[in-house]
Amino acid sequence: MSKRIVVDPVTRIEGHLRIEAEIENGKITDAYSSGTMVRLLEEILKGRDPRDAWAFVGRVCGVCTSVHSLTSVRAVEDALDIVIPPDAELVRNIMFCAQYMHDHVVHFYHLHAMDWVDVVNALKADPKKTSEIAQSISNWPKSSPGYFSDLQKRIGKFVESGQLGIFSNGYWGHPAYKLPAEINLIGLAHYLEALEWQKEIVKIHAVFGGKNPHPNYLVGGMACSISKDDISGINAERLSLVHQLLKQGKEFIEQVYIPDLMAIAGFYKDWASIGGGLGNYMVYGDLPTNGYRDVSSYKIPPGVILNKDISKIHEVDLRKDDEVQEFINHSWYEYKGGDKVGLHPWKGESKVKYSGPKPPFEFLDTTQKYSYLKTPRWKGQAMEVGPLARLLVAYGRGNKEVKEIVDKALTDLQVPVTALFSTLGRTAARGLESILAARWGLEFYDSLIANIKNGDTRMANTDKFEPDTWPAKAVGVGHSEAPRGALAHWINIEDRKIANYQLVVPTTWNASPRDGNGKMSAYEAALMDTPVADEKQPLEIIRTIHSFDPCLACAVHLYDEQGKHISRIAVVGD
Amino acid sequence: MQQTAPAKLPTYYDEVERKGYSRRDFMKFVTMMAAFMGLEKSAIGQIAQALQNKPRVPVIWLHFQECTCCSESFIRSSHPLVADILLDQISLDYTETLMAASGHQAEEAMHNTMTKYKGEYILCVEGSVPTGADGVYCMIGGKTSMQILEEAAEGAKAVIAWGSCACNGCVQSAKPNPTSATPIHKLLKGKPLIKVPGCPPIGEVMAGVIVHLVTFGTIPELDGIGRPKAFYSKRVHDSCYRRPYYDAGLFVNSFDDENARKGYCLYKVGCKGPSTYNACGITKWNGGTSFPIQSGHGCFGCSEANFWDNGRIYERAAAFPGFGIEADADTVGKVALGVTGAAIAAHAVMTNIRKNKLIKNITVQGQESEKELDT
Repeated sequence: MSKRIVVDPVTRIEGHLRIEAEIENGKITDAYSSGTMVRLLEEILKGRDPRDAWAFVGRVCGVCTSVHSLTSVRAVEDALDIVIPPDAELVRNIMFCAQYMHDHVVHFYHLHAMDWVDVVNALKADPKKTSEIAQSISNWPKSSPGYFSDLQKRIGKFVESGQLGIFSNGYWGHPAYKLPAEINLIGLAHYLEALEWQKEIVKIHAVFGGKNPHPNYLVGGMACSISKDDISGINAERLSLVHQLLKQGKEFIEQVYIPDLMAIAGFYKDWASIGGGLGNYMVYGDLPTNGYRDVSSYKIPPGVILNKDISKIHEVDLRKDDEVQEFINHSWYEYKGGDKVGLHPWKGESKVKYSGPKPPFEFLDTTQKYSYLKTPRWKGQAMEVGPLARLLVAYGRGNKEVKEIVDKALTDLQVPVTALFSTLGRTAARGLESILAARWGLEFYDSLIANIKNGDTRMANTDKFEPDTWPAKAVGVGHSEAPRGALAHWINIEDRKIANYQLVVPTTWNASPRDGNGKMSAYEAALMDTPVADEKQPLEIIRTIHSFDPCLACAVHLYDEQGKHISRIAVVGD
Repeated sequence: MQQTAPAKLPTYYDEVERKGYSRRDFMKFVTMMAAFMGLEKSAIGQIAQALQNKPRVPVIWLHFQECTCCSESFIRSSHPLVADILLDQISLDYTETLMAASGHQAEEAMHNTMTKYKGEYILCVEGSVPTGADGVYCMIGGKTSMQILEEAAEGAKAVIAWGSCACNGCVQSAKPNPTSATPIHKLLKGKPLIKVPGCPPIGEVMAGVIVHLVTFGTIPELDGIGRPKAFYSKRVHDSCYRRPYYDAGLFVNSFDDENARKGYCLYKVGCKGPSTYNACGITKWNGGTSFPIQSGHGCFGCSEANFWDNGRIYERAAAFPGFGIEADADTVGKVALGVTGAAIAAHAVMTNIRKNKLIKNITVQGQESEKELDT
């Protein structure tokens, strides 16, 4: 007899996610993923200036901040045939790498680590032994016995206070925690160090985009002019700051994040055969080095893998009508053509219609519609997107740099390549990708310096910035690889205004409800057969879900054509 | 607003004693707590001691219709560091972004704080509340955000509205506001409320508000619409290092032109600094690294109510009705920004603050260059 459990809210994510799972004999036999918040941004974008869209859609997400803005300016530039200057491409790429470095580190330590690291158990660690372990896995200087002992005292005092704050009601002591106390203490120390570090790397966004979260972008390039001889632009001082931050970021990733990841992974090898899920992976590609439209110049190559067959990489075309389509069989929407059709985003429609239970409720009726996420499919297939997909596609294409990094990690952990198709594989891929992002950030920096030296200081192409230079009608698609996976925006411009704007985002691919054929998307598929030791403490469920790095605000974003069924209830105040 | 020092928070032991339980009962509870937290028996004595001491200020941080940029900005604070805030100053008992527990355990942590610290905890709200379709556009744990807000606000000592979503509805409330995204001051009554607008607010400003509450035990001094005066009493325009170029009539005409490279004023390419109250020009962003104008892009007014509907981003602010000359910048606040009665009063207060001699001189210069600009 199976039992249904609910995890809502799933915390340490962006947005509002609910998981319902059937458990029988200590294993998950069925799973449902539901997005429970919606803002209808696409309706809000209609009729607005396409040049402003990046700011609106940037607000889709403040965690993977900047990726929607980047994707949006690319969509508009694609529609209007605008080619940005090389320096602007490099600055965007540097910001992209800084974003990966920030987002992946924050995900590992602040959103994911507590699934593996038992914080309270760290109090039992021997500081001297902790120091020895820390020094054996890394050259990171903060590793003396005194350092760990002081930290332990501080945390001890914190726990003694009885107010555990963000650690309250955690699953401490759960049998699925496997780390020795000393590794727990190292993890906790680096949780706090990473919290301090992360505010530094994003200063790169502040230099080029004025602030973070939500740095500024510009259709046609970037607004941060290079002015070697003025205090107000990107000058030698600003560039030195960026250089230093990139170097420090690389150090932290190589000396803290990766050694921790490998040390922790070594104790959780059983998770290399749990949480695999679909086995289909998709990547749109990113980091152009010769313009957005030259896909062959991308550092991150695009492609699709089916059924874990990395020997064959399929091509993706976002402009083709029959490749990417969105379905609503289990989503709280209505299509004019009914629930059976799938729509390409340029023809996308999404009239929201909630038909779930009236809150407060205990369970969703998952035989009916049960999420605000639509269900995207590629040629009818469910796809997993994200760091693992990116590494696998690059690996499958024989990318030397990726192959080298992945093979080294597999050798170090003594696991076969098939171990990648798992919860642990997803978590490891994110770390390995950070090494690449840190390297590439410095490469792009060097190229930017070389360009400036050669006298090319152009940062924006404003030839078509004014709307009177635009055609009456235009369509474009902007795509990128957000930290969480393949992201694309489709725009229709008419009379110099946005006529339609559609986003299909990574978490929609991963977290969507099942399709009309009853086929699961990535989260649901990955949860199948996951062991659950204590159904009151869903630690194993959140481990696998967190391995995807959910971002729900991104995933839910549609428009309502009518807007009429929405009643406004009385509010107090003005 | 409440300005008096708060009563001392009762400790766990005070509370237990008040309820008539014995020392023995208390120790039983402590032992249970220790077991619950997975601690060794040796920790029991330490817990007992701590429970008899003063607690850190409990905080519940709710997330509704938002993008989590406020939480992200908060953890960017350089002074104080967020680790220090979390470990030494507050007890952040519920936040969907950082807390270890999920699901029932997360909800339980929130309810424990609501019960144990009734009347003492600070409620932080990130995000707007959708009131359309009976609230189903934002549900957590099977409840609507409206239901959760009402429950959590009841026992709160004070409420902080983080960011433009909670303060004015932000992007989801832009026209046509399809989900009826509503700022929280319209839903809550009778609670001291601090508005900290911005998309997001500056990290150090957020930390500053928390530290003020914890250190002084009072609410910081607020302006007429509930924003801390310390951070929101100056227009970006008045604290902008490019202001002399404005006064001299030197403007960027298009992005990356010669004037942009010289760092001239961005007013003609859409800067909304003249109608935006925020600390960007002084505190700056990310530990003082930069702010939008310094990095070549105009301010688009993200801390002002309804900023998404106040004209296009690259549209020169002069095109707004009522914004002819610099002296009328506050009129912009009233007419173009469509603010409420309370807000107009606040702008009047700001006007008085601004009208010290120094700023008046700047204003006169501004008027002159504005006239030149229009001719």
